[in-house]
Amino acid sequence: MSAVALPSPAASGDARQAPERQGVTFGRVVRSEWTKLVSLRSTRWSLLAAVAMMILLAVGIAAVQMGRWNQLSLHDRLTYDSINTAVSGFNFSQLAVGVLGVLVITGEYSTGMIRSSLMAVPTRLPVLGAKALVFAVVTFALMLVSAFIAFFVVQALVTQHHLQHSLGDPHALRAVVGVALFLTVLGLMAVGLGALLRNTAAGIAAFVFMLFVLPGVTAILPASVADSVSPYLPLNAGTAVATSTFEDGHHLAPWAGFGLFCGYTAIILGAAAIGLVRRDA
Amino acid sequence: MIEIDHVTKRYGEKVAVDDLSFTVQPGIVTGFLGPNGAGKSTLMRMILGLDAPTSGRVTVNGQSYRALRAPLHEVGALLEARAIHTGRSAYNHLLAMAQTHGIGRARVDEVVDLVGLRAVARRRAGGFSLGMGQRLGIASALLGDPRVIILDEPANGLDPEGILWIRTLLKDLAAQGRTVFLSSHLMSEMAMTAERVVVIGRGRLIANTSVAEIVAQASAGGSVRVRTPQAPRLREALASANGRIVSDADDELEIHGIPAALIGETAALEGIVLHELTPQKASLEEAFMALTGESVEYQATTLDANAELEVAA
Repeated sequence: MSAVALPSPAASGDARQAPERQGVTFGRVVRSEWTKLVSLRSTRWSLLAAVAMMILLAVGIAAVQMGRWNQLSLHDRLTYDSINTAVSGFNFSQLAVGVLGVLVITGEYSTGMIRSSLMAVPTRLPVLGAKALVFAVVTFALMLVSAFIAFFVVQALVTQHHLQHSLGDPHALRAVVGVALFLTVLGLMAVGLGALLRNTAAGIAAFVFMLFVLPGVTAILPASVADSVSPYLPLNAGTAVATSTFEDGHHLAPWAGFGLFCGYTAIILGAAAIGLVRRDA
Repeated sequence: MIEIDHVTKRYGEKVAVDDLSFTVQPGIVTGFLGPNGAGKSTLMRMILGLDAPTSGRVTVNGQSYRALRAPLHEVGALLEARAIHTGRSAYNHLLAMAQTHGIGRARVDEVVDLVGLRAVARRRAGGFSLGMGQRLGIASALLGDPRVIILDEPANGLDPEGILWIRTLLKDLAAQGRTVFLSSHLMSEMAMTAERVVVIGRGRLIANTSVAEIVAQASAGGSVRVRTPQAPRLREALASANGRIVSDADDELEIHGIPAALIGETAALEGIVLHELTPQKASLEEAFMALTGESVEYQATTLDANAELEVAA
């Protein structure tokens, strides 16, 4: 059958047609994961949503606040921080980033793609590593750009009441870069949860529980206990780096909180890595 | 070459593969046969490093799959369960697979053409028919031009033309010196494609033989159908030959254990008129059923229970 234009293995030294026989390297797995990420519609929509909400939510809130400035209470006006407003879009973006983080890995389990991935890279760890790396770089780049855009537009809007900050002001640059860092590590935590649970619904449920339900549970505790526990909750620890001024005293220092958040993420990713290598696919 | 060395796989209490040992040689198509649930897919997953054996060792070209540095160049596989993201196009799926090994786009185009998916390569794989999905899986398996090819039920969902195509393709690949190992639950399909066949049932090895041998066994176990107006006389005449004679109708005999030639000669000698003398070959499926008969996992049960319910109602 002439359609079978495959060289025989014996003739694979033949430079004419035989493909070069190269092995798996981490760089190649990264390229493959890049192709996988950008070739899915769900990725494009999730990231577009994250970018849009990061910018539009902050700008929208600033516009409403400025329009109603004279109706705001004296306390609100005195404590107004336009840097916090500029990064407030993360409240919505974190959902899009988290869901996508879970999906990039559970989508492979639900469709069976994971078997192809692991057959191509049987040492397995590079698949998770490259996936996390590509997702982190894309998320960080997009969120950083969105945060800067939101910052500058919000500052332009609040100038009418002389509330503007520049990037050189205390906490401003840290909060803007911090919000991108927070969302990136949040995405990695979601990747870890997805890899650990291997199921989209379970992954998203765990993600939502950890970040949004857990704080509600502590609210039931006596105030003194809640105040001492709540700074260490993942979301509260992680958002410290994306906050300029705090409304109350119960929080960790920005980088300490972010460090703790990275620690939680590392534990989840580590457990996911062990599970990936040890368990049957 | 694939070597299975005393491999056992347990899932909790259930033993899916039970101390299995055999070798799959290069240069021929080897069939892997067994009823559904016999452990075929489990063993294939162990060959491909997806599942780890509970005990024993599986090697491909002398190495365990997980130790291969360029697995797609060594082994190409099509699994029974789909292993393709439904949201990605066929082309992008193959490209992502190729990139892990630094295989270029030219080779991706080549395998797309080879399996005849050119026209739909940019469409989402989720919309593919079963047959198109199989072709994409085969393209994926051939991407790295591997020396060993493992296919789980490759004919599934293919139309007759597709089945003929895959049969020819697999024979050509084997003729090039590659190891071709494919599973099926259909003996007839296997007889057309494979040269050797490994039969398992309930995770155990039942036979490891050539297809020709099974075919010979199948015909040896056959009977001869005879139609004659003088059936009682023929029965008497054949009484001395050590056969077993069954009769469904007055003028019809089904004779086991006596060759057709001897029956004909005896009839001629006795002057018995024969209207028909036909050797009945046992089909390959029957030979397969005879081999695996006791090991079928999910045997159909009778409907007695239902019948009783109906009576009660």
